[in-house]
Amino acid sequence: MSSPIQLQPDETFVLNVGPQHPATHGVLRVKMEMHGEYIVNSETVIGYIHRMHEKMGENKTYPQFLMNLSRMDYLGALGYSHGHVLVVEKASGIEVPKRAEYIRAIMVELNRISSHLFWFGAFVMDLGGFSPLMYALQDREHILDMLEAVTGSRLTYCYFRFGGLYNDIDDDFIDAARRFIPRMRKSLIKYEKLVTGNIIFRKRLEGNAFLSKETCRKYGASSAVARGSGINFDVRKNEPYSVYPEFDFDVPVYHECDSLARYMVRMDEIEQSLRIIEQGLDKLPDGPIMPAKKPKLIKPPAGDYYQAVETARGSFGVRLVSDGTKTPYRLKLRSPTFSNMHLFDETCRGMMIMDALAFMGSLDLVIPEIDR
Amino acid sequence: MSLTLLNVIIAVVIAIAFAALNAAYLVWAERRGAARIQRRPGPNINGPFGLLQPPLDGIKLMAKQLIIPGGVDKILFIAAPVLAMFPAIMSFVTIPFSDTIVAQNMDVGVLMIFAFASMGGMSLLFAGWSSRNKYAMMSSIRAVSQAVAYEIPMLITTITVVMIAGSMNLTEIVQQQSASILHWNIFPLLGNSHNLLMPFSFLIFFICTLAETNRAPFDLGEAESELVAGFHTEYGSMGFGLFFMGEYANIVIGSCMTTILFLGGWSCPFGLFPGVWWFLLKLYLLIATFIWIRWTFPRTTIYGLLNLSWKILIPLSLFNLLFTAGLIKVF
Repeated sequence: MSSPIQLQPDETFVLNVGPQHPATHGVLRVKMEMHGEYIVNSETVIGYIHRMHEKMGENKTYPQFLMNLSRMDYLGALGYSHGHVLVVEKASGIEVPKRAEYIRAIMVELNRISSHLFWFGAFVMDLGGFSPLMYALQDREHILDMLEAVTGSRLTYCYFRFGGLYNDIDDDFIDAARRFIPRMRKSLIKYEKLVTGNIIFRKRLEGNAFLSKETCRKYGASSAVARGSGINFDVRKNEPYSVYPEFDFDVPVYHECDSLARYMVRMDEIEQSLRIIEQGLDKLPDGPIMPAKKPKLIKPPAGDYYQAVETARGSFGVRLVSDGTKTPYRLKLRSPTFSNMHLFDETCRGMMIMDALAFMGSLDLVIPEIDR
Repeated sequence: MSLTLLNVIIAVVIAIAFAALNAAYLVWAERRGAARIQRRPGPNINGPFGLLQPPLDGIKLMAKQLIIPGGVDKILFIAAPVLAMFPAIMSFVTIPFSDTIVAQNMDVGVLMIFAFASMGGMSLLFAGWSSRNKYAMMSSIRAVSQAVAYEIPMLITTITVVMIAGSMNLTEIVQQQSASILHWNIFPLLGNSHNLLMPFSFLIFFICTLAETNRAPFDLGEAESELVAGFHTEYGSMGFGLFFMGEYANIVIGSCMTTILFLGGWSCPFGLFPGVWWFLLKLYLLIATFIWIRWTFPRTTIYGLLNLSWKILIPLSLFNLLFTAGLIKVF
């Protein structure tokens, strides 16, 4: 919504939203130049929890760096680990057993659902509705319990190994996952009735924060932010990796370019992830979860390797430059939220603060992943 | 001291006790209700069903230091929370709980309650202005524009009821509705008026009460996700406690007024056993609706809120006023 009033530059004031503000979900700081309720200009300030993950990547050996990846994004950690193990496997030519890849895909999709569920709750809470968060967390709890039983941790997993997995899944997990799928589908219908159809909710999001295709492309946006603006891009489809080509799933794309479209994309993605899990459980092959032959010391030959994966927050890329030693020469992590967040400054100009914060919620920002 | 004065003082003390008790236990009810809606237990540790939680919270708040930040306007900063609680308590003085239980029956009861209710807006303005905090400032600007916007349809709707009853005395307004449910102002099929628009009037009044008390979905003033804590961002200790209790006391007043003006006060729907219990039953059902709405709806936007009032509620209530006046003139 553009401002109907003529803005006088001398009448503005600066509002510091964050780094401790309930709407920024972490330690993002947004310096907003305000004219009353309208935003004249905004500047996102990041780096409050920079932990030098990329530098650590250069100093640690490959296996030592495994657990760093899940500290980047605490909501969808497995997707990030997946990218890392894939690029190292590609570099050192390790064959991954089929079963391990299937289990990885199932786990990543479960993690994606849990991330989207948390986002759903937090987003509606940004809009002032508190109760959906509790419902979403209850569904998420089932996923976390399942993942905990297999991986040993609830948020910061260190489950993937170069060449395979740390732990095989058992019948209990498969039973729990099969029970979870219909329950989650029922919950999705419930969310649709409770939240998606709510008139206040729709009124607030329809037409909120128009994001053109060009803006998305300019900033390199991915995930629901790009797909809500009509860009049909999903790394799982466009640059297939792992066993994703063997699954039958759709990429939800909406052309409305508003916050509701971004919301709808994520809700539809939950259903698509359920389909992948269902097929993965059906097709799950028997066999080992670690390759028979694996180098004792991971020492990829000198070269430049890149692998992109689709995480819950978008296209995550790992670029590995190896000089043939046991530590990488450079490990560049391309985090999707970093690109998605920088849309905010340009788009929020002229918006009212409450619309801008609803827009920020729809971007699904996880700050540790930006700062990494 | 004359006996009448003594009676009035006792009645006022009882009114204050009722207001404070209600405010405290509505917090408990709200938390339990919210917990029920969100499928969690809620406060259940202190006392049976967590019933000791409100007094313990009160003790905790009172034991805390009242921090007055540097650079605030001290007088207004201290006056604001008192102003939030005081008008709400004063309004209880003239609320008739039954034909006998009323602290001071006044012929201008409606007028007095609205006079005190509009003072509530001032407390928000003082709090936001004196806090020297941008969030508080923005919140109080919102709250005041909201209070102005919603007081108008609320008053117009009340005038409609006053016109039908022909009195501003709350006891008389109830007595005219006391025969049966069909005499209530919400379904006026029998009795003084046959205005079939009254259900809409009731809805307008209820929406305005929600907005006037700063409740969700109209809680723009303390929109947590945008303005941190709104106008009471800088308040701690009992300053915050008074704002909190004032909010709940205002909800009780709003529900009392709805009960009296539209739902027949202490009268029974079937004309049997009228008494204070009917009043309390209707009152707490309305409050339960308040709590239910708060925990199931997201927040509206500030322009959506103002549009609703200026473009829909005010024209509708004005039309209803004219329609009612016409009906009264013709019949």
